[in-house]
Amino acid sequence: MKSPYSDTVLEHFRHPHNVGQIENADGKAIEGSPACGDMVSVYIKVDPKKKTISDIKFESYGCASNIATGSIITDLAKGKTLEAAKKISWQEASEALGGLPKIKAHCSVLAIEGLRSAIQNYEERHGLVKEKKPTTLEIIRGRLKKVMNPISGLDLVRTNLVKDIELKDGRVRVAVDLPAGHQFATAIREEITEKLEPLWDIKEVAIDFTD
Amino acid sequence: MPDKRVYLDNAAATRLDERVLEAMRPYFFDTYAVATSEFAYTQGIEAREALDTARASLAKKLNAGTEEFVFTSGSTESSNMAIKGVALALGEKKGRHIIVSKIEDFPVLHSAEALERQGFKVTRLDVDGDGLVDLDKLKAAITKETILVSIQHANQEIGTIQDIAAIGETCRERGVPFHTDATHSFGRVPLDTAKVPVDLITVAAHTIHGPKSVGGLYIRPGTAIVKWMDGGFQEFDRRAGLENIPGAIGFAEAVELITPQENRRLETLRDRIIDRILKEIPDTTLNGHRRQRLPQNVNISFHYVEGESITLHLDMRGFAVSTGSACFSRSLQGSHVIYGIGGDHERAHGSIRITLGRDNTAADADAVVQALAEVVKELRSISPLGRDKKGEENRP
Repeated sequence: MKSPYSDTVLEHFRHPHNVGQIENADGKAIEGSPACGDMVSVYIKVDPKKKTISDIKFESYGCASNIATGSIITDLAKGKTLEAAKKISWQEASEALGGLPKIKAHCSVLAIEGLRSAIQNYEERHGLVKEKKPTTLEIIRGRLKKVMNPISGLDLVRTNLVKDIELKDGRVRVAVDLPAGHQFATAIREEITEKLEPLWDIKEVAIDFTD
Repeated sequence: MPDKRVYLDNAAATRLDERVLEAMRPYFFDTYAVATSEFAYTQGIEAREALDTARASLAKKLNAGTEEFVFTSGSTESSNMAIKGVALALGEKKGRHIIVSKIEDFPVLHSAEALERQGFKVTRLDVDGDGLVDLDKLKAAITKETILVSIQHANQEIGTIQDIAAIGETCRERGVPFHTDATHSFGRVPLDTAKVPVDLITVAAHTIHGPKSVGGLYIRPGTAIVKWMDGGFQEFDRRAGLENIPGAIGFAEAVELITPQENRRLETLRDRIIDRILKEIPDTTLNGHRRQRLPQNVNISFHYVEGESITLHLDMRGFAVSTGSACFSRSLQGSHVIYGIGGDHERAHGSIRITLGRDNTAADADAVVQALAEVVKELRSISPLGRDKKGEENRP
């Protein structure tokens, strides 16, 4: 009998590592929200001299791939320098888990985001971040690379689903190369909005589909 | 893996009753001719008789005439046939407006959507918090252009039973044909076509321990409907295609095997599960009407946890259930039924559907409640949400 999940995913799902909160964490972040689906919180303790992650914990309100990814990235990040931990990618996590079903990619990216945000939170709280930069097309493209195309399990930019991006006076318009009636249209719309709206100088996000 | 598996997803598919298989067997090996050969040879006559007997017995369950019941390949085809068939018959002549409820199953919703793409207007009626259609809203929605109202008998996910007698009366007063999807209620909740003014009824065998891919459509005499499965002249020239005689026999036998006692037994099990979960597991919400409900349906949201995680953990303990979570669906959207009754993402996300069948026992009911209590507790312990959490900012 073959489950769509690998044995490693199921093992991490059943017995997730590094679960919980850290009291007086040096950095913490919550990604996602109950309103839009899955949610992950990540807590880190940082060794101030070596700039390494000395402890890390996570909590998940999500499905199996979300829980398993949270578990594996905390394993991968523990002991790494902040710079190295920031570079842990979804692909790396997926490989360490023995592969994730394509349609589940979007559930697992959240944990990676959570780790990066927790590091960012630490850097912000310790004066390690430069000034706020205005949003550019490049930044938007970067964020869209984190939106997964559930058809292929790869991101929207790489799979050429983003036809066009317009940015004017804090308003973003993204043209997606999918019909509005497509099975995943609503899910993709929600995820793009979720990724772009938090940008500090973005006021409005509009998504156009083909007819 | 546990030794005993407890299947609790009987709304999706049921175990074929052995007696159904026995009834079907001769029509695979002995009487395998087609019914349309009745004028050519003996086996054809036997096949015709078998088909007629099955049809009569199913029609009788709806208190309908034998020729008012057409066999199909299941509930999806039946609902497509009803909605698109009426649209083809009346779209040009009378109007291009169809009314459905927001919480219909996909065959109805997507048939309406397909017609919408061809220029029909579709009204999707809201339902209340229990899933019931408001009769006044229906009255207000009917126009001179309305050619069909399609409102289900009972809901596939939350089990709420609509007052289809009242809905039918309203449609009849306004001269609008009324279709109801009875896929999940047929055999479990009585439906008498002499009392309920309904013109088209979708029924199926897979939900009542009958074979898969066998269904039927009741068509009241005089209903304007165009045949669109073209081919031969089977099924009173209403639906072409080789008759599935073993399937028809199996369907009729499956319905015969249901007793009022069985339905009462399922209802008792249902209530036991609902009452125990709501009482014993904190932060739970029942989805659907408490009493006006299918005897086999339980649907409860467990807050602060996600449904697919619950189903996987239950599977590891030997229980098969279903969820309305977005993570579980092929479109990555949460249950439209939970949204329809006013639920938010979170309520859909943590919703679990348990649907009972003939093989389920009181021990199964108690065991699944126990397993759910453990699984939900475990998942809540790793969830950032919930009232037991320390940090205020972590609350939803």
